[in-house]
Amino acid sequence: MPNALKLLQNKFSDCIRETNCHLGDTSAVVNKKAVHDILEFLRDDADLNFDLLVDLTCVDYGEGEPRFEIVYLLHSFKTKARIFIKAQVSEPDPQVQTVSDLWHIADWYEREVWDLFGVSFKGHPDLRRLLMYEEFQGHPLRKDYSIDKRQPLVTAEGTNNSQITPTLEQSQQAMEEYVSEENGLSVRHMFLNMGPSHPAMHGVVKIVLELDGEKVVGSDVGIGYLHRAFEKHAENISYTGVFPYTDRLNYVSPIINNVGYALAVEKLLGIEVTERCKYIRVIMSEISRIADHLTCIGAMAMELGAMTPFLYFMQAREAMYQLIEEVTGARITVSYVRVGGVKADLPAGFESRVHDQLKKVRAELKQVHRLLSRNRIFVDRVQGIGAISTADAISYSFTGPMLRACGVDYDVRKTFPYSNYDRIDFDVPVGENGDILDRYLVRMEEIEQSCRIIEQAFEKIPVGNVMVDFTGKEIPAEKMADLGKFGQTEGLLLQVAVTDPTLLGAGESEHAEVRHADKRVSLPAKEKTYASIEGLINHFMLIMDGHGICPPKGEAYFPVEGANGELGFYIVSDGSDKAYRVRCRPPCFAFVAGFSKMIEGCQLADIIPAFGSINMIAGELDR
Amino acid sequence: MAEGIGIILLKFGFILLFALGLGGLLTWVERKQSAIMQDRIGANRASIFGLRLIGLFHPLADAIKMFTKESFTPASAEKFLFTLAPAISVFFALIGFAVIPFGDKLIFGDTVVNLQVAPLNVGLLYLFAVAGLAVYGVVLGAWASRNNYAMLGGMRAAAQMISYEVALGVTIFGSIMIYQTVDLQQIVHLQGGTFWGWLPAWGIFMQPLGFILFLTVGIAETKRVPFDAPEGESEIIGYFIEYSGMGFGMYFLTDFVETVMISAITVTLFFGGWQVPYLLADGFHFPWGEVWLLNNWTVALFQIASFSLKVMFFLWLQMAIRWTLPRFRYDQILRLGWKYILPISLLNIVLTGIVIMVLK
Repeated sequence: MPNALKLLQNKFSDCIRETNCHLGDTSAVVNKKAVHDILEFLRDDADLNFDLLVDLTCVDYGEGEPRFEIVYLLHSFKTKARIFIKAQVSEPDPQVQTVSDLWHIADWYEREVWDLFGVSFKGHPDLRRLLMYEEFQGHPLRKDYSIDKRQPLVTAEGTNNSQITPTLEQSQQAMEEYVSEENGLSVRHMFLNMGPSHPAMHGVVKIVLELDGEKVVGSDVGIGYLHRAFEKHAENISYTGVFPYTDRLNYVSPIINNVGYALAVEKLLGIEVTERCKYIRVIMSEISRIADHLTCIGAMAMELGAMTPFLYFMQAREAMYQLIEEVTGARITVSYVRVGGVKADLPAGFESRVHDQLKKVRAELKQVHRLLSRNRIFVDRVQGIGAISTADAISYSFTGPMLRACGVDYDVRKTFPYSNYDRIDFDVPVGENGDILDRYLVRMEEIEQSCRIIEQAFEKIPVGNVMVDFTGKEIPAEKMADLGKFGQTEGLLLQVAVTDPTLLGAGESEHAEVRHADKRVSLPAKEKTYASIEGLINHFMLIMDGHGICPPKGEAYFPVEGANGELGFYIVSDGSDKAYRVRCRPPCFAFVAGFSKMIEGCQLADIIPAFGSINMIAGELDR
Repeated sequence: MAEGIGIILLKFGFILLFALGLGGLLTWVERKQSAIMQDRIGANRASIFGLRLIGLFHPLADAIKMFTKESFTPASAEKFLFTLAPAISVFFALIGFAVIPFGDKLIFGDTVVNLQVAPLNVGLLYLFAVAGLAVYGVVLGAWASRNNYAMLGGMRAAAQMISYEVALGVTIFGSIMIYQTVDLQQIVHLQGGTFWGWLPAWGIFMQPLGFILFLTVGIAETKRVPFDAPEGESEIIGYFIEYSGMGFGMYFLTDFVETVMISAITVTLFFGGWQVPYLLADGFHFPWGEVWLLNNWTVALFQIASFSLKVMFFLWLQMAIRWTLPRFRYDQILRLGWKYILPISLLNIVLTGIVIMVLK
């Protein structure tokens, strides 16, 4: 039994109902009255020191009693241990003590749980809805809320929103009330709505600012404009069907989301993919990470007026996207990874093209270093701006480059290595001031490290059967499609198209390399599906509604290092072909939650680079 | 013989075409130059009868678009000032060109035409007066829009332009001390000839520090990157946020015309205006003794071409700067202006004074 559980048993013996070590996840079900004390103990105990509240979420067990289970996931930087604390809450009036006084991030996590499940938190300072709008009725992630039930704000009959826009007189009147006295002068602060439609609020986020001149006095960040009910959808579709939804989480590095979700399901199933497949996942993840970092830094520079570095980085990103397109057939909505493998093997000659493109990335990186890293104007704009202390960053549950910029060398790839990251040699860059400059430098260095990881992965990847095209007078499929698009179809039907190996799907020859042999998860090779009755039945069993991939009853949390930080999927399975609950822990949620703190006392103009540096991706933030 | 009203109108037309044409062309230069710097192709779609001319029709397409778009006035705006402000802005940007000399003298029979629209003996002071008034267009437009973003932009513009107005005046005191005049035509005349027989006697060789300071301040006055805090398109979208159609077009044009203006003044004060090295009124006199005699018309053409080329060089330079640097924060701009540029300009005056004393 892990140390943490022993200590808990000793100290809170009458409050612990159950302890468990399922699939390597340590968990304890505790009395809901004691949850605050237990979490405080876990955080403050000198030996345990669980200082990071990784996640706080809720599971609705519907008819079950007690109905709700609040799940707290804690991480300790000191011991590298994790523990789940669960508190059961029953109807009516589900309520639990807030922990927002222990961790800043709990404020937003609890608001989200209140919003989506209707579990309230006693003592929470500001329990408003977070993802849904104020007028929303009910709590959408409850099991009794039908997925078809829509509540549009604007209908054919008109709007059911009374507060959409106040009239000019109303707003002027409201402004008059905000007069304060300072040094004998009456002072009126300016209120400014930044977003949801604003050039720097890429994605859609609203910041209501209170300004004294150009100084930010207070701010309130509002999110949820891109809420697409990812978690609700994931409960209502087969395990494989979730992949396209994960593409749309962090849409700049979708393959990492694919990998994270697949690993979580694989953990539930207890299967491990082939060696070659692991390295393919590493290579594709790192290519995505490079694309993500390039976008983040480029966009931040552009918003500071430096258009040229942005376009240089877009070129480098284009090189990455071409590689992704070549392997997956798509640039953004890739859906490349499968439970138990990947869709198809890498195309022939891919390695040399990757090396060429990495050369391009490095050249652009060097150029942008020259343009920005020692540029006096740029450094003046970002040094010491938007800084956050290490203690605050941890309290806000920062991970990834943002936390590393504060000097904490926490990287999921090193702490909980997955997909053979432990066999690859790479450095984790850390900053020290936690300001925008450090975040910029950390990301720049991470691009270089990702290049190194890709190169090493290609050295170590076991050689498999790589598909080769057959020769003849055929034309490539994409060229045929292009001709068709332009209406040049004459004689086209008489031609034979060469299908790209990536589009063909897994054939017999490469099947063993990229897919797990487990028939519960892997579709059979196409030849088998079409030519043998076993293959056909196997195929049907995985595709038909009500069958498909059915992990055993249980739950699992799997973290991967997303481009922004720890991206975790928490999946509860009831043994059917649909997940009972899927929770995505989006890394940039924490950054946006801590944004008000970051810009306190800053100038209006500083908000823009600060917002650029947190790399907010609305797709994963709002889910 | 004095110039007739017809000739003055001709000159007026020429300089207006020069400023507006270059201003319009700059929209194309900006697109193309930034495209080249950023490894892109740049605007190349606008065509007339299939003729694309590397995108040269884009300024025309822009103009048609601006003219035909609805000019929307927000409900809460001050209608009169809202409409007037962009016109004020572009007016003060244009009238400054009246005192810029673009050539020496053109002789038609017994009529001597001075190639300067208004031969004002206080030309330089007039220029600064006009530049000082330009801020009104911006601030009025921002105020009349009744929009918080516009107002922030207007306040930034006012703070920035007024601060740099002071520095702008001080940076050229050095030149005034050397030339002992504020008549621009005369300043250009005094930049004729050579030092040591080969180096053109341009202002930059006497006022190198003054030139760098003046160019910096000049770019700040045009409100373009890195000094574009009043616009700050990613922060506050700018003082013209509520403008559309031609109202926006005029602000847009003002920026470009001011860019041409700053280039023209820089050339006039520091790069010998219309002077061509070794070209005197009767032709070229090279340092190695060779002499090419030219008639008055050819000399005038050389001078006008020289002036235009120099102006274009500085346009190119300003564009290159604009597409290389990020933007200052507005308090950093003010700090730079008051704490660095102004004291250094004052130092420049003292240094110039000492040098003049010593040389006497």
